Amino acid sequence: MTTLTTPYRPQAKVTETTAENYLNVAYGVKSWLLTTDHKRIGLLYLMSVTVMFFVGGVAATLIRLNLLTPHGQLVTADTYNKLFSAHGIVMVFFFLVPVVPTVLGNFMLPLMIGARDLAFPRLNLASWYIYLVGAFLMLLVLFSGGVDTGWTFYTPFSSKASHTNVLPAVTAIVIAGFSSIFTGLNFVVTVHRLRAPGLTWFRLPLFVWSLYSTSIIMLLATPVLAMLFVLLAIERLWGVGIFDPALDGDPLLFQHLFWFYSHPAVYIMILPGMGIVSEILPCFSRKNIFGYQFIAFSSISIAVIGFLVWGHHMFVAGESVYAALVFSLLSYLVAVPSAIKVFNWTATLYKGSVSFQTPMLFALGFIGLFTIGGLTGLMLAALGLNIHVHDTYFIVAHFHFIMVGGMVMGYMAGLHYWWPKMTGKMYSEWWARLSALIIFVGFILTFMPQFILGYLGMPRRYHVYPAEFQVLNVLSTAGASILGVGYLLPFAYLIASLFGRTRSGPNPWAATGLEWQTPSPPPPQNFLVTPHVTCGPYEYALSSEGDHASS
Amino acid sequence: MAETLASSRSYYLVFFALLALTFVTIGLTFLHLGRWHTPIALLIAFSKALIVALFFMHLRHGNRLYWLALGSGLLWLGILMTLTLSDFLTRDWLSY
Ligand SMILES: [Cu+2]
Repeated sequence: MTTLTTPYRPQAKVTETTAENYLNVAYGVKSWLLTTDHKRIGLLYLMSVTVMFFVGGVAATLIRLNLLTPHGQLVTADTYNKLFSAHGIVMVFFFLVPVVPTVLGNFMLPLMIGARDLAFPRLNLASWYIYLVGAFLMLLVLFSGGVDTGWTFYTPFSSKASHTNVLPAVTAIVIAGFSSIFTGLNFVVTVHRLRAPGLTWFRLPLFVWSLYSTSIIMLLATPVLAMLFVLLAIERLWGVGIFDPALDGDPLLFQHLFWFYSHPAVYIMILPGMGIVSEILPCFSRKNIFGYQFIAFSSISIAVIGFLVWGHHMFVAGESVYAALVFSLLSYLVAVPSAIKVFNWTATLYKGSVSFQTPMLFALGFIGLFTIGGLTGLMLAALGLNIHVHDTYFIVAHFHFIMVGGMVMGYMAGLHYWWPKMTGKMYSEWWARLSALIIFVGFILTFMPQFILGYLGMPRRYHVYPAEFQVLNVLSTAGASILGVGYLLPFAYLIASLFGRTRSGPNPWAATGLEWQTPSPPPPQNFLVTPHVTCGPYEYALSSEGDHASS
Repeated sequence: MAETLASSRSYYLVFFALLALTFVTIGLTFLHLGRWHTPIALLIAFSKALIVALFFMHLRHGNRLYWLALGSGLLWLGILMTLTLSDFLTRDWLSY
């Protein structure tokens, strides 16, 4: 019996035309809705999060259109509040948090560690249904009047003043939260228990390390959000004094508990993106990753330190000066592991034989935009400057650089990298490169002006603004329309690729990971023979010295 | 990891212990203990949580990994408490 061994060598040929793969093994609606195959569930998630992405995108479009003119002629102030709340809630809780773990993670994690499936396949399916229930409830909330608290639900507005659908909205988020807890649990157990023979911890692909760190955050932070929203409901329904100072509560307690989840949630969003970039850079520079262990441990330390910095959201909210100093210092610390990653990625490119296919373009875009987002984050961690730009468009620009410039770029990189594996089809490289370029240009044009607007003092969350800010706002809206085209393009050419004839073959990028050593699309059981791992994940240049993983 | 399953007898014992402690908590509300009231109530709550963790959640028979999971949960709860209190307890130190 032959066993598959890494490193991948072209002559170790994978049978190209296997009759059976996970797509053609069964047909019909039932075979999809009741599937426990992680690959099919990944595709189910892909469809549902894409729907939510476009819902959030429509809200964003309306916001930007309204801001074309200083008087905000498109919508009323109330509607505007509901629009930015809808945009934030849908994008954060129903797109950015789940997207990479549930789509790419779900599909790739078992393949990358040489497993048949996740540890709990039925729990995996249950997570998708729970996500669906949450998402449907959220859509119901949005189309039956919406919610106007912002995605942050700050008290006392959410507990006493707002007359919109606050409780249904937080219920939807709590439900979606359980879905992410289950996914996190599933991934942690899978990484611990189901690694292929020979796949030691330090031979794991860095995407797996990042998913593992993400899962830890999901497990430890999400329950706090659920409890917080239960407390909010108790106060809103029965007037128990938890956040209301008139009843001996403390409104800042809400913000503490909220950001205890929501700051680490930023790392739930960005860490998987970082993992994707760490996969793609070695592949398209034909080099081993520089500083494997540093990148792996920086994921873990981001996950841990990310829990210690939440107070930086409350510098002007009435938090004590001493707490603010502590949180400011700790916020600087979290830049260290992020910088370690960026330096190691750059060093990976050094003297590599770099090629610029679509996944690489997105990955390079990630590095550039994430670095700008990260550095402006350092500016915001400084107490004095933070007070100047607090609640302005500077903040909006900063976190969009991380979440859209970083995370969505990373997701696009991963989607284009693994699309041939998921579908067996290759998309049009020309259109894909064009869309990468359009997204990059559109993104810069949308959010760079917002840095300037914020620094000049334009506050966020208002539907009108002084006339002198109009030029920059028009630039930003123009950028958003370019960005919109950039996001619609992949939708078109990726779907078109499904009907096209261009087969990708098992390993179109000549990559080394285990997932490339099985046919595309993979057979239902993932591997025809059990993989046996003998070296690290990025052996692109076996002859070169300094090869850490050969030991 | 050989896990010895607890007998149903021990489950009943645990159940009645929890019930009894609940009645003690209720009884406590009728006593006037002043500032000792809350600490004692918390002590009872803590022992109930301990019983649940050890028996219902099988930590007593579990291996070290279970304890690691419990420990990290408690550590993170500690982080939440400590840094939140770092705000509440120092608000009077300096006014601005
Ligand atoms: Cu933060």
